[in-house]
Amino acid sequence: MQLATDDASRVDSPEDVSLLRRSRWTDWWLTVMHDKKALAGLVILAVFVFMGLFAPLIAPYDPNDMEYEMLAPPSRSHLLGTDDLGRDLLSRIIHGTRISFFIGFTTVALALVSGVFLGLTAGYYGGWRDHLIMRYIDLQWAFPNFIIAVYMVAVFGTGIFNLTIAISLAYVDDFARLARGMVLTIKQEPYVMAARAMGASNTRIMGTYVLPNATAPLIVQATVSVSYAILAEAALSFLGLGVESTTPTWGLILAEGRSFISRAWWVGVFPGLAIMLTVLSINFLGDALRDFMDVRETQDLM
Amino acid sequence: MAILLEVTDLHTHFSTPFGTVKAVNGITYTVNEGETVAIVGESGCGKSVGALSIMGLIADPPGKIENGHIRFMGEDLLTLTDEQLRRLRGRRLAMIFQEPMTSLNPLLTIGRQLCESLQTHLGYTRTEAVNRAAELLAMVGIADGGRRLKQYPHHLSGGMRQRIMIALALACEPKLIIADEPTTALDVTIQAQILELMKALTRRLNVALILITHNLGVVARYADRVNVMYAGKIVETGTARQVYALPSHPYTLGLMRSVPRVDQARLQRLIPIPGQPPDLTRLGRGCSYGPRCDFKTDRCDDESPSLVETAAGQCSACWNTKAVADSLGGGS
Amino acid sequence: MVTWIVATLVFFMLRAVPGDPLVAMLFDVGDPAAAEELRQKYGLDRPLFIQYVKWCGLLLQGDMGRSIYGSRVPVSTIIIEALPRTISLALLAFAIAIGIAIPAGIIAALRKNSFLDHATTLLAFLGLSMPDFWLAIMLIIVFAANLHWLPAIGYVPISQGVWPWLKHLILPAIAAGTAFSAIIARMIRSSMLEVIKTDYIQVARAKGLRKNTITLVHALPNALIPVITVMGIAFALLMATTVVIENVFSIKGLGRVLIQGILNRDYPVVQGAILVVSMIFIFINLLVDILYTVIDPRIRFE
Repeated sequence: MQLATDDASRVDSPEDVSLLRRSRWTDWWLTVMHDKKALAGLVILAVFVFMGLFAPLIAPYDPNDMEYEMLAPPSRSHLLGTDDLGRDLLSRIIHGTRISFFIGFTTVALALVSGVFLGLTAGYYGGWRDHLIMRYIDLQWAFPNFIIAVYMVAVFGTGIFNLTIAISLAYVDDFARLARGMVLTIKQEPYVMAARAMGASNTRIMGTYVLPNATAPLIVQATVSVSYAILAEAALSFLGLGVESTTPTWGLILAEGRSFISRAWWVGVFPGLAIMLTVLSINFLGDALRDFMDVRETQDLM
Repeated sequence: MAILLEVTDLHTHFSTPFGTVKAVNGITYTVNEGETVAIVGESGCGKSVGALSIMGLIADPPGKIENGHIRFMGEDLLTLTDEQLRRLRGRRLAMIFQEPMTSLNPLLTIGRQLCESLQTHLGYTRTEAVNRAAELLAMVGIADGGRRLKQYPHHLSGGMRQRIMIALALACEPKLIIADEPTTALDVTIQAQILELMKALTRRLNVALILITHNLGVVARYADRVNVMYAGKIVETGTARQVYALPSHPYTLGLMRSVPRVDQARLQRLIPIPGQPPDLTRLGRGCSYGPRCDFKTDRCDDESPSLVETAAGQCSACWNTKAVADSLGGGS
Repeated sequence: MVTWIVATLVFFMLRAVPGDPLVAMLFDVGDPAAAEELRQKYGLDRPLFIQYVKWCGLLLQGDMGRSIYGSRVPVSTIIIEALPRTISLALLAFAIAIGIAIPAGIIAALRKNSFLDHATTLLAFLGLSMPDFWLAIMLIIVFAANLHWLPAIGYVPISQGVWPWLKHLILPAIAAGTAFSAIIARMIRSSMLEVIKTDYIQVARAKGLRKNTITLVHALPNALIPVITVMGIAFALLMATTVVIENVFSIKGLGRVLIQGILNRDYPVVQGAILVVSMIFIFINLLVDILYTVIDPRIRFE
């Protein structure tokens, strides 16, 4: 933000105006580079994404290999120690990155697409569609998101596919509510009325006017939701409602290590640290996005 | 008449990412007891900042009073501690703001907001304060004070709320009230009522009033003396009568010509002042009105003029006051 | 009305599950004839609609059925036993969270960009990003396992003394309240920053009121309004956290009952727990609405 204003003040003559026509993404990039929190977030996130993508190459050992000393403290051969079955903790955490990120991003993508579809339909067309969709949103609103996810797991059962569905269902109403609100606001804008007066079709109006204007708050909401989804996955895994126990996930590693924390602190500390750093980096980025896109804090808490 | 307020060479600056904004850049004026002084100028010329500087309400950071003295009732306000200044505010010095719709706390009753001043400054008990508050409402022309005191701001119209703000300002019988565009946000019909009320009450109670406005009509009718401000400086000062009849600064002249007047023929053309007010972060060494001025000479680019007496009690900060006077003498 | 829809939904969703509660039980029985007998015993052989009507009728009398497992304890008994634990934990967590969040938010806003402000912001970010169960484990490692100041698990009713009750709840309440506290503190900060820019605060200063009066009487109540609007949503988070935390500290509250029920496929218990959780949530949102009208006269009179 600061940088953008500095630039603006440097524009003295009309020739310099091109400076102001820099793309939004360049602006965003420059903002990130100047905001220490956002920069830290980006770096941490990049490290984790890298770890997730190349897990088999980076991990020093097979995450499910039980051939090492049990509950060995961090050492040169096992940087983060081993767990109660003698598996290398670092390798397990590196592999755990994959599930966390997969669930975090897939669920939010699903929730975003379906929520926005519902919200746009409800807000733009109104009438019975709005009624129906609003009833659904209200109903879902009667449950805390996490409880919905827990309940969905109870209904569908565990496993990565079910878990993805369960968590994304939990967040659909947030996006639908937000998208609907945005549409209702934007619909009243003079330029949208003008477009309609000039005979633009519904889909065209949605595509060219409504959706682009609704992006900023949706992106911010999506970022926040990713962090919550990652936390939700970890909590579900921790409670034994997550993926199969052969797949290492951060929540599961913690759950398994829980009984040994008094003897081996590392099995308790490191997986949680990984979760926290990931979520923290996403929150930092989300905060920078919010400032950058000038979205009010109140509308996107969860 | 005794001098109540004496502002000397006041500089208030704001540091922003764009550079330092010299919002008030060396103003000097006095206000006598019971007198009404108008401060006129375009938006952004520093009139409000000047007023807030007197009240000690400049947020620091980003604002800072860099230089100057503000003597009020014999004390230099800039040397007082925050606590001393607080005891003065609302007690001896009061302020009325531009936006009556947002100037009252929406969650507290009118009575509460009136009484808290009385209780804080005069040590009134709750009952004494309520009685006095009802009196004050009657004074500003609000009937049925007992009921009004129990109401919340959203029950009242804009004009009504500005009356309450006046009551609030008068509550502790101050010596000076600063009214920052008190009628700008109101309907035209209400504007006159509010101004008349303020004039009547300040006369009756012998309270001095600094009336900040951009409306020259208001100046002519309600002020004793006028300070015209441009780009953080006072460019002309005099009695309201003098300035209105014979402006001696090109900016004052420009202001008068750009406003429609009922007493002139409809065919009389309005002449807008060309250009924009200068960027307060980049003031040159010359006269800041120069780029927009019809009377500009070479000297104006190099040297900034200071206030010079043009008639008894009237001063103008212009190198070419003669030319201005001549242009008026030649008809118009 | 909402409660009824919620109840219906809870019922049908669970019946629509592919997995049969009896499948789990059959491992114990291992005999189709016996399974059929069990089916009849629990009324699971009758048409869904009949089951539903019967269930609704019983629900109205406060009868939520019996647990499928063990000594077939009535669900209502289980829940009545669990409720005080959950409520104790949630209330204490709420009290601690608010007690920290309000002063922290105010100070951060009043001293914007000071060291205190930055520290509060960072702490809030950490609080939001930390998985609640991990924080719980960390607290146990430090305060229970190593310092032995507080017990690590369990619950003691308040009837056995305030201190034993409190002693068992302090760590869980801190773990459960942290994220909530972080959200509220950030909300208060940003909404205080908005409020202190308003005209009426300027007027309050011009009136020469004392600083504390301005902050606590004029600014804070106004700043709380937007905070209260999101309070309902923040409560969803608190409830989710409570569910998880109960499981970490082995407090047999609603959350533990719920998760155990899911793990055991004990449908009546899951139904009952979900129902009560959502009713509590609805009730809290009602309270929030009432609180709203208490604090804001503009709503009171409309």
